[in-house]
Amino acid sequence: MTIQFGNPDRPNSYIGKTVPRPNAAKLVQGRGQYVDDITLPRMVHVAFVRSPFAHAQITGIDAAEALATKGVLRVFTGADLAEVCTPWVAVLAHLKGLKSPPEHPIAIDRAVWVGEPVAAVVATSRAAAEEGAALVEVDYDPLPAVTDTMTALDADTPVIHPDLGDNLAFRRLHEEGDVDAAKAAAHKVVTARFRTARHTGVTLEPRSILVDWNPAEGQMTAYHATQAPHMMQSVLAKHLDIPESRVRVICGDVGGSYGIKVHVYPDEVATAAIAKVMGRPVKFIADRLESFTTDIHARDHEIEASIAVDADGKILAIDVNDWTGIGPYSVYPRTSAIEGNQVVNLCGGPYDFANYRARTSVVFQNKTPTCQYRAVGHPIAVAITEGLVDMAAAELGMDPVEIRRRNMYADDAYPVTSPAKMKFEGLSHHASMDKLMAMMDYDALRADQAEARKAGKLRGLGIASFIELTNPSPFMYGIGGARISAQDGCTVRMDPDGSVVALSGVTEQGQGTEAMLSQVVAEGVGVPPSQVRVITGDTQVTPYGGGTWASRGAGIGGEAALQAAKALRDSILQVAAAMLQAAPDTLDIRDGQVVDAATGAERMPLAELGRIVYFRGDTLPKDLPRELVQTRHFITMDYPFAFTNGVQASYLEVDPETGVVTLLKHWCVEDCGRVINPQLVDEQIRGGIVQGLGGALYEEIHYDADGQLLNGSMADYLVPMAAEMPDMQIAHVETPTGESELGAKGAGEAGTAGAPAAVMNAINDALRPLGAQVTEMPFTPERILRAMGKIEG
Amino acid sequence: MTEMFRDKIDVEITVNGEPVEARVPAGQHLIDFLRQTVGLTGAHASCEHGVCGACTVEVDGASVRGCLMLAAQADGAEVWTVEGLTERGRIADLQAAFIAHNALQCGFCTPGMLVACDELLRRGGTPSRAEIREHLSGNYCRCTGYEAIVDAVETVAKARAGKGAA
Ligand code: FES
Ligand code: FES
Repeated sequence: MTIQFGNPDRPNSYIGKTVPRPNAAKLVQGRGQYVDDITLPRMVHVAFVRSPFAHAQITGIDAAEALATKGVLRVFTGADLAEVCTPWVAVLAHLKGLKSPPEHPIAIDRAVWVGEPVAAVVATSRAAAEEGAALVEVDYDPLPAVTDTMTALDADTPVIHPDLGDNLAFRRLHEEGDVDAAKAAAHKVVTARFRTARHTGVTLEPRSILVDWNPAEGQMTAYHATQAPHMMQSVLAKHLDIPESRVRVICGDVGGSYGIKVHVYPDEVATAAIAKVMGRPVKFIADRLESFTTDIHARDHEIEASIAVDADGKILAIDVNDWTGIGPYSVYPRTSAIEGNQVVNLCGGPYDFANYRARTSVVFQNKTPTCQYRAVGHPIAVAITEGLVDMAAAELGMDPVEIRRRNMYADDAYPVTSPAKMKFEGLSHHASMDKLMAMMDYDALRADQAEARKAGKLRGLGIASFIELTNPSPFMYGIGGARISAQDGCTVRMDPDGSVVALSGVTEQGQGTEAMLSQVVAEGVGVPPSQVRVITGDTQVTPYGGGTWASRGAGIGGEAALQAAKALRDSILQVAAAMLQAAPDTLDIRDGQVVDAATGAERMPLAELGRIVYFRGDTLPKDLPRELVQTRHFITMDYPFAFTNGVQASYLEVDPETGVVTLLKHWCVEDCGRVINPQLVDEQIRGGIVQGLGGALYEEIHYDADGQLLNGSMADYLVPMAAEMPDMQIAHVETPTGESELGAKGAGEAGTAGAPAAVMNAINDALRPLGAQVTEMPFTPERILRAMGKIEG
Repeated sequence: MTEMFRDKIDVEITVNGEPVEARVPAGQHLIDFLRQTVGLTGAHASCEHGVCGACTVEVDGASVRGCLMLAAQADGAEVWTVEGLTERGRIADLQAAFIAHNALQCGFCTPGMLVACDELLRRGGTPSRAEIREHLSGNYCRCTGYEAIVDAVETVAKARAGKGAA
């Protein structure tokens, strides 16, 4: 059976419709179960003593007073845990030259960032553990801290890890065509410096893990707020010397991830190691300061880039020199070189041009480690590209939409390979732009802007086209040697009552994975979505899979579910055919009933078929297969990544006196291939846009020159709140991928990818009559006033 | 923890309509008391700093940050959490609107968000979108982008106003 996606009246047409999320009701009733909601018998709590210095030798640890505290049971040092836990080194073979030192769950001898765990205190209550942690006396010999990215490689900058020789973690140069010649021959060359601030995810649920070790069974069970349960299973098994089959990772409700919860954190591995030593459940819930100093950070790039154009606005060359500081370690196991690598891969993404040069330099520093966070590298690459394109348009006196139309790959050009050597199967830049123009009424907004200017108001309109990398193949991590699965599986079974259970390796983090799976399985089998129960997030139960990251849940997990569901449908029809004395292809399953395919006449409810198969199997032919359960796995093979595309627009007003930006409205047209659930996709995009708007206007982790993090609370690190955010209009173009029957690509990162560039371009559009320009995010009132020359320095 | 916070205090609090008597550490916050002692895990602790609103519960009719109030301060008070409000059916229309608009993703902010929205809705009338956004400006949601939450509240306000007028 092939699904007629084009026909909305087809039977069981749940794919493409907004159906309710099965897990929403429990969450609005406060009946979710997040890790901190779980209490186990004999459970203890761990709190960490953390380095107050960015770089210091640890010369002594005295735990006597902590151990005398009521409720405190044990104190562990780095040396203690090194006896039960091996260190890890976060490199990948395909990122040539990437280096990083071995990292332990608790620092031994030397701490290299403010917040690194130095000791762990275990107590019967969290309050007692925290009290004990405050009483552990650690002697430090402070060492010079490396904090500036741009001078990290200078000869007089100390080398953080002397064994590695220098502070360069990774460098990649990609060259295509002849950039220097193209620049020399160009009509105009525009150069700019861009900066993206250090961000962190600020998941509302802090990082959380509860680990139990049952020595009698030799089994570890970790209740973990994670995006990748099977990856964590593998990591805990390897470093704690437990057979992989004896580690079970359970991931129930998770209070937001956005990439923050897909990494291996020293304190979480320490919690597991302590559970193994103590033989009882140990819980660790990060507090908010710990979240700011130890959740991975991201972005923090400084870039010099230029664009060369001819007199018609055709792009001749793009030249990018990117620098980023990643903290003292590359983060395990995905590494911290991916973001810089993505900048190289993604710059210039929407455009058909010939000469491209991009270099990323990834350096060590004594700050919180950085790693992959929602839309990895995209907001940076899109800001560089779209910022340059707008500047070139302004130089040429050309409309920003027109210059894009002259350069975007034609919608019928695919497949193509970009100058960055990315392969695009099928994108829709022009159709998306056309849709955006109509939706936002571009001309009317330009008229409004002109009117406003007459009244002395600085209004600006910014456009940002983008590509988004989704559905990654093993070319992302597996090829480099990481045990991170790019394939995913789904088991679908029918129970005696005719209901269906789907077990999937992708996880639910709030984006609606379970709703998506329920409707795909419902359509594949032929039952209502309410008849499908979805189970995710348990390595002992679900098929092996990669989990939820890089916008792969629908594209990879969804296709596995569809194929498993269709296989189950065939199994059910084979049994039904035997029972009804009919040929299987004359039957169909609709709305939970076996029906006559031609007429739709009901032949038998699935519950009756279930009753016979499970309780009166004696009445069926002896050789009839009766496995009402099927498993399918899916992996992409033709393309390393499924690229999607889209375009965003921002309309805003800059207050000329205060420099404050007021967002008036935001638009996004996005092409994620087949849309499985329109409402969920739109809401993913809205949430992503707001995360991008945070980066554009508010979010910035500040450090002083000694590597002290200065704004480690939600009152000081500003995140978008309801009052400042605009309404957002979303629309879609659908270019399904041919790699799967479902045709779905990812949608989780598009919003975050494009929003900052759209805002930057809108602000600069507003400021252009004043000859002012901003390129350093976030665009705070101070930076805007400085650009306008209203404040000095 | 200072010695003073080690002191224990007897409290009697009505939680979700049921009397709860307990001996609580003087320094224990209401949110920890509700989650750890009473076992009501609906409201969440997140910033523990009064900024994010994840811990919002209703105390004597007003929405309150459970991380800023001590359990001892709630002695004699009437406290409602999302669990109790659900059982009472008082926010059923709001909960239905949250589901219909997908005004939640991970759901971690949702219990606190519902209590804050309910407080606004109980004032009556139909607040503008800007007023709704302003009222929710102490409740952080990283997932949704807020628009769906504003939609849900606006829908319920209009429906309630329509019913009131009928
Ligand atoms: S936990 Fe109380 S306001 Fe954030
Ligand atoms: S739904 Fe996740 S924080 Fe609001």
